[in-house]
This record gives sequence, structure tokens and C-alpha cells, in this order.
Amino acid sequence: MAIRDRLSGNEVVAIAMKQINPDVVAAFPITPSTEIPQYFSQFVSNGVVNTEFVPVESEHSAMSACIGAEAAGARTMTATSSNGMSLMWEMLYIASAMKLPIVMSLVNRAVSGPLNIHNDHSDSMGARDSGWIQIYGENNQEAYDNVIQAIRIAEHKDVLLPVMNCYDGFITSHAVENVELIEDEKVKTFVGEYNPEDYLLNTANPIAMGPLDMPAFQFEHKRQQAESMKDAKKVILEVAEDFYKLTGRKYGLFEEYMMEDAEVAVVVLNSTAGTAKFVINKLREQGIKAGLVKIRVYRPFPVEEIINALSKCKAVAVMDKADSLNAAGGPVFTDITSAFYGKISGVKVINYIYGLGGRDVKTNDIEKVFNDLLELKDGKEMPVYNYLGVRE
Amino acid sequence: MSNRDKYLSTVDVKWKDITPGGTIYEAGNAKEFKTGDWRSQKPIWIEEKCKQCSLCPPVCPDSSIPVNGDGKREEFDYDHCKGCGVCAKVCPFDAIDFVNEG
Repeated sequence: MAIRDRLSGNEVVAIAMKQINPDVVAAFPITPSTEIPQYFSQFVSNGVVNTEFVPVESEHSAMSACIGAEAAGARTMTATSSNGMSLMWEMLYIASAMKLPIVMSLVNRAVSGPLNIHNDHSDSMGARDSGWIQIYGENNQEAYDNVIQAIRIAEHKDVLLPVMNCYDGFITSHAVENVELIEDEKVKTFVGEYNPEDYLLNTANPIAMGPLDMPAFQFEHKRQQAESMKDAKKVILEVAEDFYKLTGRKYGLFEEYMMEDAEVAVVVLNSTAGTAKFVINKLREQGIKAGLVKIRVYRPFPVEEIINALSKCKAVAVMDKADSLNAAGGPVFTDITSAFYGKISGVKVINYIYGLGGRDVKTNDIEKVFNDLLELKDGKEMPVYNYLGVRE
Repeated sequence: MSNRDKYLSTVDVKWKDITPGGTIYEAGNAKEFKTGDWRSQKPIWIEEKCKQCSLCPPVCPDSSIPVNGDGKREEFDYDHCKGCGVCAKVCPFDAIDFVNEG
């Protein structure tokens, strides 16, 4: 019998980590992810987990310690936000290149500057090419479910890549919601024992990890990483299937909401999906065929699948909670429009940069997007690269 | 993905066969990486002047002065000597000349 509880997003992720009981957690506090290591260190002090908790002096050290621990053969987890991940930058790429299945919860927060502690996606979007798998969750339940699945995905022999469990700072991390927890024993069985094939503390088979990789070999290793990212798509779906059997909760590469006959649709990540669903329900009552695609897996990017989902729409708005500052469009928008190229024509796709630095995203903001899409569908000319909710 | 049998040692290794993440499965492989061609100057051992005093082998940063079972030094390992000249400097008997490559 699943356990009903009322918990904040960070609390429920910390509980998931307690249930996973990793060998090592190395973390440094940063708003809004601080509560994860805070709660977790209490579990360590109370002796309810066997984890070695490493309270490091910076995020660079946090990720370095995670890399060392994971290479040694330990199941390793951490959490951070925003500038904390900026400080990990060098090590993020090393973690993925060394094929270390570290699982990190990234509580999305705007990267400074200007200095800001509130939610947008500039942190994870900046790391989209770092070779980490990125999974996004709409609410507390999804943050919990995703971090448990992340262990299995990361450690799968066809993947062996680090995973970022992304969810919105404050909106999800600090809001208390009803959640359904899985029993400790079931989580333990689901994630299983961690038995890496190669690890540094294996005295029977001494190895060197992360050596200098000169021009004769580095390209082949990057190509290998790229292949693991492609293979991850299949593994993510297999793990989701097992998770569905365990909990009855269904996960895919993305969620389609009212997309069967949608003429106008928005593409979003994380908590905005909840607001958008509310607006779509209202529009549907008025007979407007509105829909939503909520991306769950952004890396690997589900190129073909997402285009299929959007192919029957007349007009689509891709909403980016991070600006690429490239004079062209946000990161999700450029990925989606590239995916369309040469495959499907006739779907009008526009971009909105929205919610930067924690700017509230209200139902009337999403209504405005749908109203724009309806006009666009009927032939009105519109710019491609738009801002939503900024004072003009 | 991983292939532990095919050891990463040739420039012909394909990406499907290369060791995952660059992990090296055998010890002592630095000798396969020849650094001798980095040299612009090189030491020359003048055996007849050499007293086998054993001052030069321990100062070589690249272990390029082999010492045999009798504790005597042998000819330089020019595959790995980078031509730093420390051995020539330390020799009290002018038994190591230091000349330009070329």
C-alpha cells in the first residue's frame, strides 16, 4: 500500500534519497536546493542511512567528490542549484566523459546576474550540452518519481551517464503538496544493488580512470558518449515501464495533454505545465482545440517523437524559461524547430521567453499565448522570437 | 558498449571498440607513449669516462637511464628522454655530453 503524505519538493526528494540509501552524498548548500542536503544530513546523523555524507567547501568540490566516489565504485548522489552548478561546470563534463552514473537533483534557479534566487531554467539549459541526461518534473510527485528512476537509468550498462533531476525552485522545491510515497523495501528492490563493472577500489583488477586523452583518441570517446545518449532513450522508457508496474504512474519522454485533436499547442517544461493544463481545460470548454506537450526528457532530446506529437497542430508556441541571448530564440525553441526541419512543414512555430528570474507565470499569461496562436493559425503575421510578461 | 579485451593501444581503434570513458585496464603503459621526439638537445654517455657513481639515474625525471642487475647504468632510453640535461649537469666526471639534436 503506497503511503500518502504532504511534503515539499525538496523534502520528498530527500526522502527518495533516504530510500535509495546511496553510498556517498557530497553536497554544498545553495538556495533553493539547500534543504536536500540539510534533510539528508539529518538522516545520516540519525543513522537511518548508511551513506557517507561529505560536507564539502564548494560545489566544485562537491562534484569532484562525487566523481571520485563514483569512480571508486560508490553509488553517489548530490543536489545543487544555479550558481552552485556554475561552479561545478568543469566537473560536470568530466563526470559524463568518465561515464559515471551520478544522480544530481538540480533545483532550477536563475543563474546570476543580475543576482536572483528565484526560478527559471537558465542553470540547466546552460548545461544542456554537458553530456548529462536531463529529466524535468512538473510537481513534487514527479520530482520524487524521477529521482528514483534516475538511478536505474544512469547505472544501466547501455547508458552509464550522469542524470540531472530538474524541478522548479520554490514553486516545486518549497511548495507542500500531497504525494504518494513508495514503501522503502519496494524502492530498494526497484533501484537494486549497485555493482559497477569497472571501479577503482577493485583490487582484483586495477585500472586507471580519466587519463589524458590526446587527439588520437578523444574524438572516439566523445562519439561513444553520444551513442550512450542515444541509447538512453530506450532505457528511460524501459525504466518508466517498470516504474508504471510498481506504482501505476505512467512516464514517457514527454507528456501529451489534449493533443489528439489539438490545433494550437504550447510546449513547456516543469511547473508551468500545471498552469497550462488549467488554461487548456478552460479553452476546451469554449470549444478551442488547445493542447500541451510537456517535455520530461530534454537530454536525450526526443527528436522524432516530439515532432510526431506536434505534426497535426496548426500553430505551436515553444516556451523557454531561459533566454539564449543569441538574437534568435530560446534553447527549447531552437531544438524543436531544428527537429522540424526537413520533416514536417506547415506547422507554424513561435517562441516565448517567459518567467525569467522568477517572474510569475499566471493563467492569463498562458491565455495570451493561446490567443496569439489562434491569430497566428488564422494567418496573422507574428514575430518568431517573443517575450511574455516583460514590461514593454 | 565496453570492450575490455581490445586494449586501447593503436590509433586504429574504432569508437565502438575504445575503452569506455578512457579507462585504462593495464598498468605500466606509459612506456608505450614515446616522448623522445619532444627533445631539442640530447645527452651522450661517454662510457670510458663513466665511473658508475650512480648519481645520474635517480635525477632523471623520466627514468630514462636504465640501471641493470649489477647496479650499473646503461645506454640512455632515447624513446623517453626529453633532453632536460639534468644528468649532464650532475655528472662529476664529464662523462655525459649535452649536444644539440639534429
